[in-house]
Amino acid sequence: MIRMPEPDQQVLARRGEIIAALRRIVPGEGVVENENELRAFECDGLTAYRQLPMIAVLPSTTAQVAEVLRYCKANNIRIVPRGAGTSLSGGAMPLADGILLGMGKFKKILEIDLPNRCAVVQPGVTNLGISQAVRGQGLYYAPDPSSQIACTIGGNVAENSGGVHCLKYGLTTNNVIGVEIVTLDGEIIRLGGKHFDGPGYDLLGALVGSEGMLGVVTEVTVRLLPIPPTARALMIGFPSVESAGDCVAAVIAAGIIPGGMEIMDKLATEAAEAFVHAGYPLDVAALLIVELDGCAAEVDHLVAAVEHIATQHQAVSCRASTSEEERLLFWAGRKAAFPAVGRISPDYYCMDGTIPRKRIAEVLRRMTEMEQTYGLRVANVFHAGDGNLHPLILYDANRPGELQRAEDFGADILRLCVEVGGVLTGEHGVGVEKRDLMPTMFNETDLAQQQALKCAFDDAGLLNPGKVFPQLCRCAELGRMHIHGGKLPFPELERF
Amino acid sequence: MTLYQPGDAAELAAIISASASSGETLSISSGGSKRRLGRHAPTAATLDLSRITGIIDYEPAELVLTARAATPLAEIEGLLASRRQMLAFEPPDWRALLGHTGEPTLGGVLACNQSGPRRLKAGAARDHFLGFSAVNGRGEIWKAGGRVVKNVTGYDMCKLQAGAFGTLSALTEVTIKVMPRPETARTLLLPVTDATAALTLMSAALNTPHEISAAAYLPAAVLARSRVSGALPAGNGLVALRLEGPAPSVAHRTDALEATFGTAARLVDGDSSTLWAEIGAVRPLLGNAAIVWRLNPTPSRAVQLLHALAGQFASASFFLDWGGGQIWAGLEPAQAGPDAGATAIRAALAKTGGHATLFAAPDELRAQIDVFEPLSPALAALTQRVKQGFDPLGILNPRRMYKEF
Repeated sequence: MIRMPEPDQQVLARRGEIIAALRRIVPGEGVVENENELRAFECDGLTAYRQLPMIAVLPSTTAQVAEVLRYCKANNIRIVPRGAGTSLSGGAMPLADGILLGMGKFKKILEIDLPNRCAVVQPGVTNLGISQAVRGQGLYYAPDPSSQIACTIGGNVAENSGGVHCLKYGLTTNNVIGVEIVTLDGEIIRLGGKHFDGPGYDLLGALVGSEGMLGVVTEVTVRLLPIPPTARALMIGFPSVESAGDCVAAVIAAGIIPGGMEIMDKLATEAAEAFVHAGYPLDVAALLIVELDGCAAEVDHLVAAVEHIATQHQAVSCRASTSEEERLLFWAGRKAAFPAVGRISPDYYCMDGTIPRKRIAEVLRRMTEMEQTYGLRVANVFHAGDGNLHPLILYDANRPGELQRAEDFGADILRLCVEVGGVLTGEHGVGVEKRDLMPTMFNETDLAQQQALKCAFDDAGLLNPGKVFPQLCRCAELGRMHIHGGKLPFPELERF
Repeated sequence: MTLYQPGDAAELAAIISASASSGETLSISSGGSKRRLGRHAPTAATLDLSRITGIIDYEPAELVLTARAATPLAEIEGLLASRRQMLAFEPPDWRALLGHTGEPTLGGVLACNQSGPRRLKAGAARDHFLGFSAVNGRGEIWKAGGRVVKNVTGYDMCKLQAGAFGTLSALTEVTIKVMPRPETARTLLLPVTDATAALTLMSAALNTPHEISAAAYLPAAVLARSRVSGALPAGNGLVALRLEGPAPSVAHRTDALEATFGTAARLVDGDSSTLWAEIGAVRPLLGNAAIVWRLNPTPSRAVQLLHALAGQFASASFFLDWGGGQIWAGLEPAQAGPDAGATAIRAALAKTGGHATLFAAPDELRAQIDVFEPLSPALAALTQRVKQGFDPLGILNPRRMYKEF
């Protein structure tokens, strides 16, 4: 049950006037008002929640963005920024009385700066597009969310996106060094840049992962890394997920930080193997894929070290890739795990909690118990190095009540993550999906302090309201740090 | 001057709450080693957090450590070393630079986003800051982040606290990401004729996939003051490149770099770590200049900045770290003038991009001059609104960062 801020009837009543005003700012096809065309924006990657925006605006210049935001602030109109719409947490879910601000026209790579190993790009450039643009120079952009073909760097900044390589190379926040943003006041501000550690408060650090609630990103400067000369993958089978988890801990304790380290449970392994025929062993309870990258001398040395550790942790099978084709084959199943699970179930719901890795066996045991309680199965894939779980809850939306059961199950899994010392989301963001679970991790003071930051950027509460925080509060009241007076009523959201 | 010494977060909250009621301004301190970093802005009382100490949890295999904020850095680093781990951002020892002998603490390192030579490859202190508990300027205990290495739940308040110099909240407990200590380290020393050649070399080397973990340029004049100078080749100056990792990897990468950039002298083990500790501590400039600036230009434009400064301050001594992204510059007071050189330095930086911090200078100068780079009007207004959201009465380290608040 997700409730969104109640639509402002006064704004809705002025729709025609607002469209005319926006057309003066963004001429031509940049203002979308037709219902059929608006349908394209009705949801993001969290497809269970849908809502048509009042209007979509697709600006193509920073000046237009600034003018749109100024107009919205002056007229008390809510704004939901959107990149490619791949968010899995509903970060770009529209509002019935809001403007959907699509940044898809900001597609230019503005500068590739080799001496400083960075690139300056517009926010609508895709994550993979950056790496492709600099591959010829032997460089790449490290964070690699699984949606990297489609997702944009602007959306990555909003969500602080991760990927399989982030244990070694960091999340978006560790690889973005500068942004240009437009504030709700229409001011254009630069945070960070090509230099190290900008002066003053690290507002760049606060902006990354702020889920589109602090400002609209109009330019991004990313750090580029030289492509590792070699990468090899190991595919290791274990008789239990616990022994696979122990092996991961031992690898790290031995001082090795692999480029990627992924575990799949039996159900996920079987689904992936049936889909892509990667040669995964089907007689194991858990499959661990470890990728080591660097110079050949280092990779060969570490492959031997990891093989040795695996044999000490009950590994029942172990193969190291000997060619690039084989390495990619090992990964093919893991990378196709989500669609593979989609083949064995009409629908699935992807969760994203992080736990201390040492609690993995207990968490999996309790999830198995929950499977009984909810009558739904779970396939597990996880970024094992950093304890980031992606349980995939299998359900059938056509069966009455199953979506609700899947969501309740998911919420229980996330509560369990917090209970064992983990967090609600490792890389997908809070959005609308986990918004109402925030009080399991944070008390009223913690949340009020976060909202005080929001108020410094957006005191009118117009940028992406209804996301992240379970209760909206008015900034003037926040000054007293008590938010019970600030609760706003939420209507039921239409659901499909 | 009033001195408060709370023993835990609850006592701290009570003190700050009382100070908020009376408008009493507070200087936050524990070991005091960085008391002379930032603007000189005396307060009515000192909040000494040094009793809020002790390591709470350390899980080497989880790569996380949780400690009370005033835990001595030496205690943390000792424990990490015993498990062959480290703080990858290599916090430097600035005590000699800042003229103070106090004990550096983990909270202080994070509050000042204090990062050393490996910042080039491993990121800054802020990149390793995972979660915390703190008391804000209203005397309320609050927390953010988590105790796991991967977390995007809510705004990333750790980044905001790192480098806020205690002006937003007083940290009481922090969780950091720790990393394995490299099995071996080796520093290659390549002779260069001048800063231009040094910068070209560093940029080319950092564009190779050989994973250089630190890159510095030391002109001859400052080289002579290194404790390892006996092990260094003579010449105009040296570029130092550090390689870390498993022994076969370091050997391979050494060969690869030498094949491209020529034969290099090598520092290993103790000499290598001594050199980089000196660079982090700015030791090559100590005793030679009363005023020390830290300049962070766009790395490729460091030479342009140096040329601009050479015109103004002929006898300035300097060296480069972070592949040119950090210049430490020492000035004589007479040469620097009444503004410690701020006007000339910042005019030069306006052309190259980046920012400058007045690091070591007498209190009187740090009371008058903008220690941190002045912000644009829009950014300054935003910064002040952020400050008010945490400390509306302006009692936590007021005017430590900016004259106005």
